[in-house]
Amino acid sequence: MLETQKLNKSYGANRALTDVDLKVSKGVIFGLLGPNGAGKSTLIRIINQIIDADSGQVLIDGKPLAPDHISQIGYLPEERGLYKKMKVWDQMIYFARLKGLSQHEAKTRIKNWLDKMEMSTWREKKIEDLSKGMAQKVQFISTIIHNPPLLILDEPFSGFDPVNAEIIKDQILELKKQGTTVILSTHRMESVELLCDQVAMINKSHKILDGTIRQVKNSFRPEVFHVTVENPVKEIPAEWTAKEDEGAYHFTLPLSGKHPNELLEELMDYGQISRFQEVIPSMEEIFIHQVKSTHDE
Amino acid sequence: MNKIWLVMQREYLARVKKKSFLLATLLTPLIFPAIMAIFVWIAMEEKDNQSLRIIEVVDENKLFFLESSDQYAFSFSDRSDEEAKDLVKNGDRYGFLHIPKFDLENPKGITFFGEENPNMNLMSYLESSLKKKIEDQRLYESGIDPQLISDIRTKVDIKSITVNEQGEEKVSNATVNYAIGFVAGILIYMFIFIYGNQIMQGVIEEKSSRIVEILVSSLKPFQLMMGKIVGIAGVGLTQLLIWIVLVGGLTTLVTGYLGMQMPQQQAMEMAQVGMEQIPDSGVSEILQVINGIDFVTLVLCFVFYFLGGYLLYGALFAGIGSAVDAPSDAQQFMLPVTIPLIVSYMGLFVFVLQDPNSTASFWLSVVPLTSPIAMMGRVSFGVPFWELALSMILLILGFLGTTWLAGKIYRIGILMHGTKPSYKTLWKWIKTNN
Repeated sequence: MLETQKLNKSYGANRALTDVDLKVSKGVIFGLLGPNGAGKSTLIRIINQIIDADSGQVLIDGKPLAPDHISQIGYLPEERGLYKKMKVWDQMIYFARLKGLSQHEAKTRIKNWLDKMEMSTWREKKIEDLSKGMAQKVQFISTIIHNPPLLILDEPFSGFDPVNAEIIKDQILELKKQGTTVILSTHRMESVELLCDQVAMINKSHKILDGTIRQVKNSFRPEVFHVTVENPVKEIPAEWTAKEDEGAYHFTLPLSGKHPNELLEELMDYGQISRFQEVIPSMEEIFIHQVKSTHDE
Repeated sequence: MNKIWLVMQREYLARVKKKSFLLATLLTPLIFPAIMAIFVWIAMEEKDNQSLRIIEVVDENKLFFLESSDQYAFSFSDRSDEEAKDLVKNGDRYGFLHIPKFDLENPKGITFFGEENPNMNLMSYLESSLKKKIEDQRLYESGIDPQLISDIRTKVDIKSITVNEQGEEKVSNATVNYAIGFVAGILIYMFIFIYGNQIMQGVIEEKSSRIVEILVSSLKPFQLMMGKIVGIAGVGLTQLLIWIVLVGGLTTLVTGYLGMQMPQQQAMEMAQVGMEQIPDSGVSEILQVINGIDFVTLVLCFVFYFLGGYLLYGALFAGIGSAVDAPSDAQQFMLPVTIPLIVSYMGLFVFVLQDPNSTASFWLSVVPLTSPIAMMGRVSFGVPFWELALSMILLILGFLGTTWLAGKIYRIGILMHGTKPSYKTLWKWIKTNN
């Protein structure tokens, strides 16, 4: 669906992107991760043709980015706004038409969306009379009104209360089901694990990792297991620093080059094993670890 | 192009639909006549309510006489300085005019004492009366009868006719041309300022409310800028059109009303007399002058300079708006925009309307930043074709130039937040290519 090749961009002496290669497959939710100022927004702006890259190129379905692609992308920026004095309906028509929909098409689709989201009664209200969450919904619908095959959402959940965030999350999943490719830029790791199929992480203008969630997690496995032994028949070695809780002993053991089954066999001598579970890092832990380690360089 | 049209429509409708637009459009043509009416009324009231001011005159020459008026009465006496000044201090007299004994060839030492600063009117009345009396006296002494001078005095009005290359003759009148140039110049000046500011406010609104990021993902910043500028121009033209209709309608109504007041026959006579019997009378001359003005050229020029000036400055206002986060920050960049505007405004009065064909007038009406206002001051006087063409071509080039410049600032400026740019950063933006 989307591919970037050796993208470079700098603002004066500051490098925003250095040789960034990305590959986003069709129909996935792609998490674009990275701390503030890493270069995510620059990348997104380049894909949206708001700014040009210094070098490198962006391909959409194999073709270099062109002005026609504007109608195929839906973009919800992190910093977003609506005309306060404009009515909901007029505003949505305006955005839809700027994306290339005809007047008639825009009207039909907006009407359907307003009905679907139970917002029909707000039609004639001005944005300044809506609550923040309501305005965010208007904004979200405006972003997807032209059924873009590629959707770029920058921190889509910020500003939503949990109920509305859930509604938006369901809409994103629904769109994915219909075949939309979604690029989700966020630093909320819980939503990344929940939603994303693929991720890429950018820090200090470089892409520092990418792959499916599973691949990323696997590559960061510390090869350590959580173990619980109930009522041990043998003394647990002191260097394992086990914690005892009503006869159950909890501790973590590294594989140290063994196969997990070998380790499990060894452990079975100590008594009944009620837990033998590999430690899988959360995306959050990987994120923090990676940002810190590139920071130290 | 389609997207520029969409932006234009939005900018136009968002403003025209507002109640404030309707109010401003309907009330403005009434405000100026209303303010003038209030001034006239205040002046009349003042005149009515004013008590008679008595001025003590001590003339040691026993020569002068001053005529009393509604406002001032003159009392002649031989009182000493101290006595007269006491009268002023007590409030019995408004002022005291002391005319010491002097040589008529060298009148000196005339003094006015008053509790407050006397107004200009009174002083000039006193000065001219004394001057006239002294002059008459001196004429008399040299053996010339002042009556003779008065008989010789003649009123002369020069009728001015311009001859163009085709040999056509036109009656012209400096006052009428002055008035047309004055009104047209001021209108353009006001329009540029008011609507230029609206462009700037609009850009700042989009930028500070972060709508712009969504917009520029759908269209080019340049399209957005042009749509806004042209859309707001539409608002201005609409307003102007409504004013023309309104003022035209009001004038017809008022003249119609006045016409009804006047007995039919008298009005007819006046019209006939004016047009045929005495073709040299003042009213008919003005009519002739107005007939002589090429209104088609005038209106076309007005629309051209009106739009040209607005577009030229509008682009600059858009550029400034894009560079700042809040209207208050815009002040620092306003100078390059306001200075040429003020220069053309001042130039209109100091050079153009005084002498439309001077070198200063020529340059003011040719340089694109000042030409919209200055040239409109000249058009009604008649401008050589090549000068008009040069000025128009330069204005179009100037507009393309400022738009290019503003576009460069705009596309970077609208995405910049939180930094206060300086002229140096603006220059850097202009130089960057993407």
